[in-house]
Amino acid sequence: MNLSEYQGVWVFIEQNEGEIEGVSLELLGAGRTLADKLEVPLAGVLLGDGVRSLANQVVYYGADEVYIIDHPVLKDYRTESYMKGVIELAEKYKPEIFLYGATPNGKDLASAVATDLSTGLTADTTMLDIDLENRLFEASRPAFGGNIMATILCKKHRPQMATVRPKVMKALEVDHTRIGKIIEETISLKEEDMRTKVIQIVKDVSKKANLADAHVIICGGKGMGDLQNFQLLYSLADSIGASVGGTRDVVEAGWLPHHLQIGQTGETVTPKIYFAVGLSGAIQHTVGMKNSEIIIAINKDPNAPIFDVATYGIVGDAMEILPKLIEQFNELKNHTGGELSYV
Amino acid sequence: MHIVVCVKQVPDTKIIKINPKTNTLDRRSAPAILNPYDAHAVQEAVRLKKLVGGTVSVVSMGPPQATAIIKKSVEIGADEGYLISDRAFAGADTLATSYALSKALERIAKIKPIDMVICGKHAIDGDTGQVGPGIARRLDIPPVTNVIEVTEVIEKDKKVVIKRKLTSGYEIIQAQLPCLLTVEKEINEVEYSPLPNMIRAAKYESIIWTVADLENVDKVQLGLKGSPTIVGKMFSPPKPEGGIRLEGTANEQVNKLMDLLMEKKELFTLQTTK
Repeated sequence: MNLSEYQGVWVFIEQNEGEIEGVSLELLGAGRTLADKLEVPLAGVLLGDGVRSLANQVVYYGADEVYIIDHPVLKDYRTESYMKGVIELAEKYKPEIFLYGATPNGKDLASAVATDLSTGLTADTTMLDIDLENRLFEASRPAFGGNIMATILCKKHRPQMATVRPKVMKALEVDHTRIGKIIEETISLKEEDMRTKVIQIVKDVSKKANLADAHVIICGGKGMGDLQNFQLLYSLADSIGASVGGTRDVVEAGWLPHHLQIGQTGETVTPKIYFAVGLSGAIQHTVGMKNSEIIIAINKDPNAPIFDVATYGIVGDAMEILPKLIEQFNELKNHTGGELSYV
Repeated sequence: MHIVVCVKQVPDTKIIKINPKTNTLDRRSAPAILNPYDAHAVQEAVRLKKLVGGTVSVVSMGPPQATAIIKKSVEIGADEGYLISDRAFAGADTLATSYALSKALERIAKIKPIDMVICGKHAIDGDTGQVGPGIARRLDIPPVTNVIEVTEVIEKDKKVVIKRKLTSGYEIIQAQLPCLLTVEKEINEVEYSPLPNMIRAAKYESIIWTVADLENVDKVQLGLKGSPTIVGKMFSPPKPEGGIRLEGTANEQVNKLMDLLMEKKELFTLQTTK
């Protein structure tokens, strides 16, 4: 493999019924930084049915080029059709770096593409950089276990690929003056050749309202002691209009369903206020919440790493602190007869 | 129907301890278990077998002691278990792992053709979820990831109807058999093993293969040599400054916090609803 043939940074643009996923815009922001360091173009890769009109948006968020395959067979995401399109593009235009959102579809696609291109893929990365001296992509992710990051390299294969966790990178400000190049390709696929069919897509609105859009989140860890103590978090949540989430330990213990897990293998959240109660703050957890605007940590252990990311830290027993906090908030509301609201 | 489940032995992350000096995990502190997602995968295969009949096999790549998770799979209800174990597999990343497992699956298919492969969504020690789709590509069968329900198996048409989890909600997919599924935990509850299974598992001897037992293997694609990714460096992330540590008694700390929050007018306001 002649590595120098591979140039440019690509971002897979995930779209759902004509709307670009937030993570793809974030990746255009992150990809812009990488492309500028390498002095190469940044391209968005856009597949779907009737998606040409989205190309401008990809450019406005930072891309220099947009590769488009617009075909009825690409209406809904399917591994086999999307994979074929993406592989054909990558083989023809040879990018050196290729980023995907670490969403169900992004991870599914990237895994299949990496296999066919026989190249390296790093999962769920949270930090991206370039080693300019060796012209290598440095994809870092929290390593299993401790408070440590591992940088994964792919030295001899191209493209260097990674899935990137949503809500970790920052999208650029939209710039309507940007102009990009549109490259349209076709795909040689017929519906009859497909081995999978999407029969129906059922959107879940209730779950979304829970964590991803919550202004205030109360997250509890195993330090709450038991399920009964954990209920106190709901009292605080009621008094300030918050949603309750938990760490992996809490979900493993069955105190909460998996969709309320915050962290590396759960949700990534960015609320206005995040209460971290009775949790130590392992990196697997903090990657999922550290971009919250205000983080309030309550923990008995003054050395718990959660205090390093906290805006305000209270060293103390949650069972003592929480009732006082609930009382204060309730008093505040009763006193003024108002409701807390979040801008 | 012949269903093959790919299983992995992992350290139990619930119990594993971190060495505070080196910030790395102390693998000796953790017992090795069947990856929890794979337990659900085996359970689902056993459920489908009860529904439509057939055989459930499991296959794993790992050191000789990984036969423990094959026994565990037999407890859940698997009929046969294969372990591929060889130094040549050591150091494999997800690409090399999917290659080795696909070679094992090809060999199993010669014994009995495979209708469905099931994997857990990911293993809890690597959290990548890349091996399942990788195997599907190598076997050229369609992958369906993040499965939360196998709704229907239509044997005569060789089709299966599946619910697949999305970022928000789910989709209903019809896939042709053979196909590969990766399953989420909510797909089922792993049941307590009935006594006959326990007895069978205790006596069960896994079938162990080395590279030499597999066919048409390109050795360059195995293990460390076959792995395009390497760990470049390990580092502690730059420590954030940390914020204000509140001081005093519990009451004083809570009062101080309330004062600080009330100052954050741009985020947090008290509106009179009257």
